[in-house]
Amino acid sequence: MSSDFTRLFELIVSASLINNFVFTKFLGLCIFFGVSKKMETAVGMSITFTSVMMISAALSWIVFNKILVPLDISFLEIIVFIGIIAGLVQTSDTIMRKTAPGLYYKLGIYLALISTNCIILAVPLENAAEKYSFIESLAFGFGSGIGFALALIIMASIREKLELAEVPAPFKGLPMAFVITSLIALAFTGFSGLITL
Amino acid sequence: MSSPGTISLKDQFLNGIIKENTIFKLALSLCPSIAVTNNLKNGIFMGAAVLFVQVMVNSTISIIRKVIHPKVRLPIFMLVISGWVTVTQFMMAAYVPDVYSKVGLYIALIVAFASILARAEMFASKNTLLPSMADGLGMGIGFMFALTVISFFRELVGKATLTIPTGLATSYVVTLMDTKPLLIMILPAGGFLAVGILMAFFNWIDLRYKKGGHASH
Repeated sequence: MSSDFTRLFELIVSASLINNFVFTKFLGLCIFFGVSKKMETAVGMSITFTSVMMISAALSWIVFNKILVPLDISFLEIIVFIGIIAGLVQTSDTIMRKTAPGLYYKLGIYLALISTNCIILAVPLENAAEKYSFIESLAFGFGSGIGFALALIIMASIREKLELAEVPAPFKGLPMAFVITSLIALAFTGFSGLITL
Repeated sequence: MSSPGTISLKDQFLNGIIKENTIFKLALSLCPSIAVTNNLKNGIFMGAAVLFVQVMVNSTISIIRKVIHPKVRLPIFMLVISGWVTVTQFMMAAYVPDVYSKVGLYIALIVAFASILARAEMFASKNTLLPSMADGLGMGIGFMFALTVISFFRELVGKATLTIPTGLATSYVVTLMDTKPLLIMILPAGGFLAVGILMAFFNWIDLRYKKGGHASH
């Protein structure tokens, strides 16, 4: 039993730090550069993202292993997963608007953005390719969500300071953000080899 | 002016390459621009895959645009896109397996590209077949051009070689310099650095061009 927990812990650490989706697999960059301008939006996005990620990982695991694999139609995985995610986002949008309007006004906008985030599609695809068990899929989804949150929050805190810095004219805005990301990515390579799965 | 149809068709085509270049100007669909560009060949094939999907999606949607109910248009667009992406995925796995083994995940993720959905929604769902195809072709070629430039730059600086594809399965590796290359450019961190520098370079051209325009006035 303890080895199971070690394995889950390893999965979470590896998904969030070592194989961080933003810095080593370059996924979710549009959202990463889009919402990391202010700390508040970064935190809101992180919370919404991690919860949607775990639910979609669970749902797509069930659909993939209980429907697609027995029927031998796993080549439809892309279409099915994107359908699940779009449906999930739409449903939670409607439910949140009716039951928790306060929360909806804070986080609703991020919810709509999430369906265009490639990490949210990459996690179910990876889960299916690696043949993770149900709990492992959840852990992988959670770790990826935490990793994305970490990246967003680091970036947002740097960019808030950057507002006051003097940047050469051609580098203003996005190019500078890219250069900073490159430096953070360089720092994250320090985590490689921390755990070998 | 004699035939406005052809002029707008050409403009539509050029628009995607220069004015609204997906990566350098709109900063959309950035994931593959960094992930697959440490090698010229991978960059070109990834660009070609996106070009194919963009043209096919635009054409399909402009053909069926009259039968789509506006309320369910987004799910239908997603369905069309993921259908064509699956086709591309199988074709690449069959014809260019060595490239596919490296960029496979990113091919699947073309589904989530904002740029493809955006063109389908903004252009193809409102226009006839020919302009939609021109638009898709321009956008796709613009994307392919950006990927080619980035991967050319990164492989040149990072490995001092160029992998030029000469056929589907063959490629020719040129070694250009005998000096020790800057290894960081082919590492993940170098990808961000390369895109940042190239974006700044295009901004710099823009700024100079604007300044020149003002001076002449």
